[in-house]
Amino acid sequence: MTQEKEWPLYEVFVRGKRGLNHVHVGSLHAADDEMAVRHARDVYTRRNEGVSIWVVKAADITASSPDEKDPLFAPAGDKVYRHPTFYTIPDDVPHM
Amino acid sequence: MSHQTPDPNDEHGSVYDGLLGTDTSQWAFGTDFEDPLAGVDTTVPSELDAAELAAYCLALGDDALVLSHRLSEWCSNAPDLEDDIALANIALDLLGQARLLLARAAAADPSVVPTLPDGSPVPVEDALAFFREAVDFRNVRMVEVANGDFAHTVARLLLFATVRLAAFERLATHADPVLAAIAAKGVKELTYHRDYAGRWFLTLAQGTEESRRRLLAGLTGLWPLQAELARAYDAGPEVDVVLDQVFAVSGVERPDVAPMTGRGHTEALSRMLAEMQVVARAHPRGQW
Repeated sequence: MTQEKEWPLYEVFVRGKRGLNHVHVGSLHAADDEMAVRHARDVYTRRNEGVSIWVVKAADITASSPDEKDPLFAPAGDKVYRHPTFYTIPDDVPHM
Repeated sequence: MSHQTPDPNDEHGSVYDGLLGTDTSQWAFGTDFEDPLAGVDTTVPSELDAAELAAYCLALGDDALVLSHRLSEWCSNAPDLEDDIALANIALDLLGQARLLLARAAAADPSVVPTLPDGSPVPVEDALAFFREAVDFRNVRMVEVANGDFAHTVARLLLFATVRLAAFERLATHADPVLAAIAAKGVKELTYHRDYAGRWFLTLAQGTEESRRRLLAGLTGLWPLQAELARAYDAGPEVDVVLDQVFAVSGVERPDVAPMTGRGHTEALSRMLAEMQVVARAHPRGQW
């Protein structure tokens, strides 16, 4: 490889017009944090999708490992009483 | 508004929701792809001279058209994917400005539009873009000189966007409501172009020895054309304030080179137009 140093990878989160929270939309390379926001604007909001952008260096994300899937998530599978399905939600409670 | 059972898929909001929403502000200039000024009253206000207005819109439109083409030459050639898309976006913004401005020029003074064979379906803005000779283009030389490296493009974009943005901020209150609306739309686009170019200018200036060398070479090579650009846009002191600020944070001296003399165009424009216009000219009755 002639390329000595590649730009860091950033993960991009965009909040859509009607979306309440930022959603992961993809990743890109950028020279620095500020340019990452600009690139995200150019790559992921070209069709009027977003009103807000977050970027974070992929290296700064700590993720769970697929190997831990069972110990982390399986124990919740049979605890149906944790789901808020045993009462009715009033009509005027938004975003539930 | 009646309550609806929330759709769990909807709750988190897709980033593509905006496409389905009811906000149609992005179509402020019409949904008609055939006529960019469809539904717009193009009557020239009585206090304005129609021929002068047309000539002015033509000059503004040609600058955007020519630089748009130069930027589009970066497609698939930019240093990396992200900047490839960024430059293409900027080229598209400028092409949109060119289309509106050329259409405005043609509506104000139809005599500026070249005559095409009878039955040609070519719209007026295309006739202006593709069927005029280099000598009839009103653009400044800054936008027509051939692309150099990426640093040259960054320097050119910074100079152009800074000057044009200052002018468009003034034009947003122009006596012609059509030109004023086009300028107001362009202000937002140009603000981003200047921001993008300014950030890259600083990055290249403060980057490696090589990036700084290339940036200074690009800037010095373009500077002789800066005076003509500033004159064409009637640039006030606010342009120098912005440029001096970018130069200061970047640790770059304002180049000390004499302005290029003469008027008209360089050879680069006719070469560029030959490529840009060849297909349209081969098929003057073509339907695109």
